[in-house]
Amino acid sequence: MSTYHLDYLEQLESEAIHIMREVAGQFERPGLLFSGGKDSITLVHLALKAFRPGKFPFPLVHIDTGHNFPEALNFRDKLVNKIGEKLVVGNVEKTIKEKNLTEQKGKFASRNALQTYTLLDIIDEYKFDALIGGARRDEEKARAKERIFSVRDEFGQWNPKLQRPELWNIYNGKIHKGENVRAFPISNWTELDIWNYVKREKIELPSIYFAHEREVIHHEGQLVSISEFIKPDKNDIVTKTKVRYRTVGDMTCTAAVESNATDIDGIIKEIIATKTSERGETRIDDKVSEAAMEDRKKTGYF
Amino acid sequence: MDILRFITAGSVDDGKSTLIGRLLYDSKSILIDQLAAIEKQSKNKNAGNIDLALLTDGLRAEREQGITIDVAYKYFSTPKRKFIIADAPGHIQYTRNMVTGASNSELAIILVDARNGVVEQTRRHSVIASLLNIPHIVVAINKMDLVNYSQDVYNNIVIDYQQVAASLGLKDVKYIPISALNGDNIVEKSEKFLWYDGESLLHYLENIQLDSDINFIDARFSVQYVIRPQSAQLHDYRGYAGKIISGIYKKGDKVIVLPSCIESVIKTIEIGGKEVNEAYALQSVVLHLEDDLDISRGDMIVPINNQPKTEQEFEAMLCWMDNKPLKPGNKYFLQINSRLVRCVVKEIEYKLDVNTLQKIDSPEKAVLNDIIKVNIKTASPVAFDSYKNLRQNGGAILIDETSCVTVGACMIE
Repeated sequence: MSTYHLDYLEQLESEAIHIMREVAGQFERPGLLFSGGKDSITLVHLALKAFRPGKFPFPLVHIDTGHNFPEALNFRDKLVNKIGEKLVVGNVEKTIKEKNLTEQKGKFASRNALQTYTLLDIIDEYKFDALIGGARRDEEKARAKERIFSVRDEFGQWNPKLQRPELWNIYNGKIHKGENVRAFPISNWTELDIWNYVKREKIELPSIYFAHEREVIHHEGQLVSISEFIKPDKNDIVTKTKVRYRTVGDMTCTAAVESNATDIDGIIKEIIATKTSERGETRIDDKVSEAAMEDRKKTGYF
Repeated sequence: MDILRFITAGSVDDGKSTLIGRLLYDSKSILIDQLAAIEKQSKNKNAGNIDLALLTDGLRAEREQGITIDVAYKYFSTPKRKFIIADAPGHIQYTRNMVTGASNSELAIILVDARNGVVEQTRRHSVIASLLNIPHIVVAINKMDLVNYSQDVYNNIVIDYQQVAASLGLKDVKYIPISALNGDNIVEKSEKFLWYDGESLLHYLENIQLDSDINFIDARFSVQYVIRPQSAQLHDYRGYAGKIISGIYKKGDKVIVLPSCIESVIKTIEIGGKEVNEAYALQSVVLHLEDDLDISRGDMIVPINNQPKTEQEFEAMLCWMDNKPLKPGNKYFLQINSRLVRCVVKEIEYKLDVNTLQKIDSPEKAVLNDIIKVNIKTASPVAFDSYKNLRQNGGAILIDETSCVTVGACMIE
């Protein structure tokens, strides 16, 4: 029976497509959260496989913090144009003004927590009953426990103690009015799985994932790019260094890693050899407390 | 390289979290910053060694109470295989979590504390493993360091467990003596067990045959979603999207749509937009039929000459997972693959005592974590196989119509 065999990437791909089609089959108004990062780009690739030659049964939804990498924004627009699907953008800057929200202060002030307000507004405006996201369980301890269909109450809150049991590959998408489901098709993928899949499927990614020269500030062992949002102080050590990004979040809270990897094979080699986790190396916002992610998720973060 | 999904069953005291921590640690799946975080916490607790158990205790409540309260998933890879661990807690009130974790597992590691031997909890975990029809069982006899790596202790536990396995009909059972704390027989074979001529745990997990667990005979396909572009060029395109549950589908196969019993022939099969001549179990595909039929989500497309049962009434073993009790006559949604129907639990035939395997006839109700045999009637016909023969088309969930919560796991007989 060896001819009828799926390798691990084919199994993960099929599982993810199955989950997306369950979302499409069970919900009235789903959306796909798109950040311009490799995980959500992989989701789009999987959605093409799940629904073509039909249209996506959902728009892409981008929560724009105003602190994005320009490369990621360009990539987003090019991709949307190429696949001809609808894009909905939620503007955090606008939410801050409208709701009179208080921004974090300091050099690395992040809008990470504030984007939850915009996300909840967008859910309300478009009446989304399900949002597909690119979270992976290997990223973080709280995510390791989240269901593939994760129910949020009308305040967007996740209650880890009241999760529905999820059995076999049966996903219960029944919800009350006002609630919504966050669906995570690539829950079972690791960072390395994503890169191996990107390689096999020849998926295009924004240029910042590959090694390039950049002026960076050395901040507590992390490399933070100088940009319109982050300017160096007098005492900062600034160098021009060859770096790449391992994750793509906001410019204010995403750190680069030193790298010479200009292609996917090089990146895969570096990831196999790395001694630090994806979020630990590149996210300034997860270091705040031991339970930072758990707390954010409970208040509606994706 | 393929994937092995397995569950670890045991209590905190059996060293389950330590075992998982050890597998991750010794397979180098733990990175420096994660290690630094647990080192920091370990120091807060007790000086000295790092506490590998902290790696799997994900949520703050657990860290505060020091127990695992939910199923957590952990990942590691070796050059041979990708592993997905469902870490389910062993306390009595959490039977539902083990059932949940077991439902997707091809293998269960049942931990036995060498000092205590086969205890009530070991039996309970084994009953659930057998009920959920997990194909492979590993009995990991842990804390061997605390019994001087004694062969007699090991042998006695094997003999005891063989009785459990025989009474439950567990077929593929492997026994491995280990010490998770010291890493004996986890990744490498330990020299402490000169009398043991078997493999290390990881070696066994890496090499166990999995392809034979997939059923390539009984072809089953449940429609998830109908793709209808309705554009000018693709005016007549009508594709049935779904994942092949089991078996093989070929162009030209004579098929029948259930429950409507309309016959047709497979015209084309697509995978990721490309046409193929055949497709097989676990692939997500799009099927096209020769005839223009009214097929919708939840319908099954199966070969005419190999059909599941299509009925409105059946018996099932049921694990009750809700705080609200189940009483005969209660109505629920039943979901099997992509089919959702209303149903009524007509009768509770008996309740199974998972510790003694005794049957208690006709209980008035079932409460959280009860395992019961029920009779279910559905509002419209459902196509299913017996869970024992085809796990993927014999498992169903019950959903409370008012709370929307998943309240039961059915293994249809």
